[in-house]
Amino acid sequence: MTDAFVRWGMSYDWAWFVATIIGILVIALPLMLAVAMIIYAERKIWAAMALRRGPNVVGPWGLLQSFADGLKVFLKETIIPTSANKGLFLIAPIVTFTVALIVWAVIPFQPGVVLADVNVGLLYVLAASSLGVYGVIVAGWASNSKYPFFSALRAAAQMVSYEVSIGFVLITVVLYAGTFNLSQIVVEQKGFGLGLVNAFGFNLLLFPMWVVFFISSMAETFRTPFDLVEAESELVAGHQTEYSSMSFALFWLGEYANVILMCALNAILFWGGWLPPVDWAPLYWIPGIIWLFAKMSFFFFCFGWVKATVPRYRYDQLMRLGWKIFLPLSLVFVVLVSGWLMLTRYGAGA
Amino acid sequence: MIATIAFYLFATLTIAPALAVVFARNPVHSVLWLILAFFNAAGLMLLVGAEFIAMLLVIVYVGAVAVLFLFVVMMLDIDFASLRRGFSANLPFGIIIALVLLGEIIVAVSAWKVGPTLSNHAIPAAAQPNIVALGQLLYSRYLFAFEIAGLLLLVAMIGAIVLTHRSRGDLRTPKVSKQIRRRPGEAIRMLDPGVGEGMKL
Repeated sequence: MTDAFVRWGMSYDWAWFVATIIGILVIALPLMLAVAMIIYAERKIWAAMALRRGPNVVGPWGLLQSFADGLKVFLKETIIPTSANKGLFLIAPIVTFTVALIVWAVIPFQPGVVLADVNVGLLYVLAASSLGVYGVIVAGWASNSKYPFFSALRAAAQMVSYEVSIGFVLITVVLYAGTFNLSQIVVEQKGFGLGLVNAFGFNLLLFPMWVVFFISSMAETFRTPFDLVEAESELVAGHQTEYSSMSFALFWLGEYANVILMCALNAILFWGGWLPPVDWAPLYWIPGIIWLFAKMSFFFFCFGWVKATVPRYRYDQLMRLGWKIFLPLSLVFVVLVSGWLMLTRYGAGA
Repeated sequence: MIATIAFYLFATLTIAPALAVVFARNPVHSVLWLILAFFNAAGLMLLVGAEFIAMLLVIVYVGAVAVLFLFVVMMLDIDFASLRRGFSANLPFGIIIALVLLGEIIVAVSAWKVGPTLSNHAIPAAAQPNIVALGQLLYSRYLFAFEIAGLLLLVAMIGAIVLTHRSRGDLRTPKVSKQIRRRPGEAIRMLDPGVGEGMKL
């Protein structure tokens, strides 16, 4: 796109700038729509699992329910508690929302269709997701209220704990792919399993790591069974307790954007991203973005499934799982994977 | 053009929050300003083409160290009146340190004009990604130093745990294996007591 603007007589710098802005809008606006639809889909999934009907009044089959909710939230009054730290109180939801969006810059949707095809893509994802905790901590502290503060402390400890094992899981993937670039990681998965299956998850050394990653990604996005941050039975609504109107909606949108992001990462890192599941020529006629969306939808269904069926963890169990099970397990697998690669690839020029 | 604007943006946003760290009255605000400064320093790193260092700066400092800072500062009840009491007594000493630092900065700046994008020193185009270059150097030429650094970190970590860990006798730590082994049969008894008989527990 930059080239097109250059041909229209812009200098390269400005052409790049305008092209990037357009690229951001092209990703962010459909993402917001996707969030709205996915909230509707998730409510339908929960309803089906609980033998209920779910949203079915607004629009055909209740399809417009999320937009009705959005409109309602938009029209409400923004309430700022008198004892809250006003600046930070308002910044916190913006931080959450922004951080949830910026990660999408490096997500490849199709060959060549990515906003920033950077060498350190995976590190960027890790860096941006480690920023996500600030929205929650700042919200909890600035609300100047007990429950949000508890929630902030829990969120900080939980995110830091699970990020460690996620980091090691990502390293095993990087060891196999030999690159931090997300597009390149997808390309490396072509015909990975017996020259037939396009997925790192097919590998016996990487499949357990995918399980760890899947569970950790639920913990990282504060989903059940790890939703102690907003455990409604003990903390009202966690860090969102004092929020209303748009500031509440921003938390909500950010949270779901993060969930979709984790689904996308599951698909890209372990299950072949935009590649079809099997390396068979006719399957490549379907555009890659549809494969990616299909995989993301499947993982999102799994997220909803877990949320509808699994009870919440206790906090000490959560910490035990993170530090005493996932961390040693992923460390052992880093050693195993690098050992296996030394054995099979060392000196092979790879 | 864009790079120059970005440089001044990042530079301003590094220095101004750094000042705010010192001047902010609320310690939590100080930490948050510090985070903003870290973040923009990472932006500066990106501009000189050190993308790996930039990402590490964000992951390690912003994502881990600063979270712990914030955690501790939020939990502590710091009395600022007592912290500021020694201000006039320590002022001369502080000024000396500030002057020394200023001298060092002047020497550094005159030795090499900071900011290659501004001083027209073109950044040498990297033949290979940052990470590859760093990895090859770390695991060949500086392998020994690298491993020593790793060992030092391990020792520091174990040391911190040993120093702070106290075993208290009055803790009842739950045995997770026992909890997992528990079955409904051990916890629930189905009884059908007759009227007026009650039951024994």
